[in-house]
Amino acid sequence: MIAEVGFFALILALILALVQGTLPLLGAARGDVALMSVGRSAAYGQLAFLTVAYAALTWAFVTDDFSVAYVASHSNSLLPLQYKISGVWGGHEGSLLLWVLILGFWSAAVATFSRSLPREVLARVLGVMGLVAVGFLSFTVFTSSPFERLLPAAIEGRDLNPMLQDPGLIFHPPMLYMGYVGFAVAFSFAIAALIGGRLDAAWARWSRPWTAVAWAFLTLGIGLGSWWAYYVLGWGGWWFWDPVENASFMPWLLGTALLHSLAVTEKRGSFKNWTVMLAILTFSLVILAAFLVRSGVLTSVHAFAVDPDRGLYLLAFLGVVVTASLLLFAWRAGSVGLGGRFSLVSRESALLSNNVLLAVAGAAVLLGTIYPLLLDAFNLGKISVGPPYFEAVFMPLMLPLLLLLGFGPRLRWKQDNATELLWRLRWIFAFSFVVGMIWPVFVGQWSFLAGLGAFLGVWIIGTSLHDLAYRVRPRSESRQPLTTRLRRLGRSYAGMQIAHVGVALAVIGITFVIGYDDERDVRMAHGEVIEVGGYQFRLDSLDRVDGPNFVADQATVSVFDDGQPLTTLYPQMREYFSQEQPMAHTSLHRGLFRDLYVNMGEQLSADAWVMRVYYKPYMNWVWTGVVLMGIGGFLAASDRRYRRRAQHDDQGLLAADDAGTAGPDVPGDREQPRPTGAG
Amino acid sequence: MKTRQKRLMLVGFGLAALLAITALVLNAFSDNLVFFHTPSEIASNSVPLERTFRLGGLVEDNSVRRGEDGVTVHFKVTDTAKAVPVIYSGVLPNLFREGQGVVTVGQLQEDGVFRATQVMARHDEEYMPPEAAEAIKQAQRERARTVERPEGL
Repeated sequence: MIAEVGFFALILALILALVQGTLPLLGAARGDVALMSVGRSAAYGQLAFLTVAYAALTWAFVTDDFSVAYVASHSNSLLPLQYKISGVWGGHEGSLLLWVLILGFWSAAVATFSRSLPREVLARVLGVMGLVAVGFLSFTVFTSSPFERLLPAAIEGRDLNPMLQDPGLIFHPPMLYMGYVGFAVAFSFAIAALIGGRLDAAWARWSRPWTAVAWAFLTLGIGLGSWWAYYVLGWGGWWFWDPVENASFMPWLLGTALLHSLAVTEKRGSFKNWTVMLAILTFSLVILAAFLVRSGVLTSVHAFAVDPDRGLYLLAFLGVVVTASLLLFAWRAGSVGLGGRFSLVSRESALLSNNVLLAVAGAAVLLGTIYPLLLDAFNLGKISVGPPYFEAVFMPLMLPLLLLLGFGPRLRWKQDNATELLWRLRWIFAFSFVVGMIWPVFVGQWSFLAGLGAFLGVWIIGTSLHDLAYRVRPRSESRQPLTTRLRRLGRSYAGMQIAHVGVALAVIGITFVIGYDDERDVRMAHGEVIEVGGYQFRLDSLDRVDGPNFVADQATVSVFDDGQPLTTLYPQMREYFSQEQPMAHTSLHRGLFRDLYVNMGEQLSADAWVMRVYYKPYMNWVWTGVVLMGIGGFLAASDRRYRRRAQHDDQGLLAADDAGTAGPDVPGDREQPRPTGAG
Repeated sequence: MKTRQKRLMLVGFGLAALLAITALVLNAFSDNLVFFHTPSEIASNSVPLERTFRLGGLVEDNSVRRGEDGVTVHFKVTDTAKAVPVIYSGVLPNLFREGQGVVTVGQLQEDGVFRATQVMARHDEEYMPPEAAEAIKQAQRERARTVERPEGL
């Protein structure tokens, strides 16, 4: 009964999405206030029904209702409660329900937080979001309902894939979907602006916080996925250039470009067409990601049940979205004026280079991901493109990007003096160079990659600090205390700096772990000592242990640092009652400068196993970097000016262009007091 | 005149950079394509040495042997027509079994042994690596053709 209620709620949500996708757009075209205001109520109603549907499915999981086919194949009465709740998104249908729920949530969030937008703009944005929701909801209802019954009901569920029974999986999909679906908001703002023919600085300012939040979620979602793969898959790998990872990485690259391009559009009114294009492309890549993961063209941990109808539907949806958006773009974008001019050495050109490099990186990933699939689809042979390709492409693209990152925030808009800037930063450059030559030697033998990583990381952090010091330097005319001067910089600036430092830490971590990890697959017998990465590992005992829904062989491995006892690790080889396949459970000792990683492979005899014993230097720098990027994104989105200025945008749009140049992160206004409430 | 020259320079610079990037990407792409080959193709000597490729098929029954050190593994990959000896050092996937589908990545050595750097098996009960399936399909097609031909004569 509950399942039918859920399905019915899902259909009602679809109907409301249809209403939200049509009436407000019609109202905006006709100037009909009543029709326009339908959008907000429809968004709230849709969210309410989606919540009911979602709660119904969760209820079926918690009460072990194995008459629901989806529950029967993704749960088990022995499954711990937290995994019953997270098991809702453990398969295709349920995760799609989570996806549309999150889309409903974003719609309602726009309806709530954008009250100050002009009525037409809000109506169009909600209308476009309604259309997007129609696309995904009809996909759910017609091809992938999680509420289908299984008659007769199964006596016991087939259980959630053991790999997914992990805290990392509880958070990875919701975070990732918040990011993916969040870009629907940026997309809707872009399409709404094209429809309305008003592509201006105000539009950029409205969509900027939404984009930043979506980007932050996507960053954290991808990071969580990588963190999960690192210790659950048990190979010590954290990024495989697997097509599914690439599927999430492409919108991230373009989304990052969009974030930076929006800054130029907001502050200087330039790059308008390009920014709109990026918003469209980013969201298209999100749908492409859904297609890659859900159509069955890929086989990986993420690939869900193969069903050609689903793939075809998503491909058609992608086609409609891309074609319609590009037609609209071609029709409308021509009428948009150019923004302010800028010279070769300016912040605009730095951000333009950033965009070009990120877009090229995105295109390179797209090529490597799609080409093998296309060949296979047309029966032209089976090939694959492995990590060496992506590594070969990424190094030369990221090098100029990260170097420029040091200059970017320091450059003035419009025009700056290159020699003067270079002169100012010469000591930081020299210092970073020296650190790059020395730091890796403390970890292992100096290598070019690690040296470069250390140099770029220190360069980015150094220039960030230098910029901060420059901006809060005491000035003769105003004697404000340091804290006031810091606060005046604003959260937008703080967010940017934190995210950039995050990039620096991640770069150092990535290059060091690639350069100096020590991975050994070794035979370990009782009492035997193995040395890896300067640590000694001794197998003390092998035991049989019981878990809630599995039994396991557990090894007790003592770890010594130069003979001193450091820690004891307990890796397991688990056999889940519901699965025939055994699964290795990694044991880790994490640290600031290295992780120690032990994973059981195969039993060789009563007292010997093949084990993976890994030393992973600086691994946690990568995760810390990702978290800082996420925090930076949220912080930037919470800047005061997004809330305050919103009320004024309705009036002086052109004035906003000028006011924008006097924003908090503009070097040009350093000498003037920051205007409050300008618009 | 001066601004025009500047702009020309800018456009030229941009184009050159774009060309360089495109060349870089395409070059990396063609260098790192990994082709797929079946045991039959290797048996017919049509596969180059010293180039990484993927080899798919079934793990031949009774072919898996552990080396003295416990870490090195020898086994054969077959497409039901021909078999190729494979050597691999490391932990095998949990679902690596004789008679089951497998895909390996590595290089063919001069002695005809395939040195694998990566071994991938199915990761759930129903899934057969598509490339393993492809190898067996090709071998069967080949066999069907050789059987038919004498009849046609």
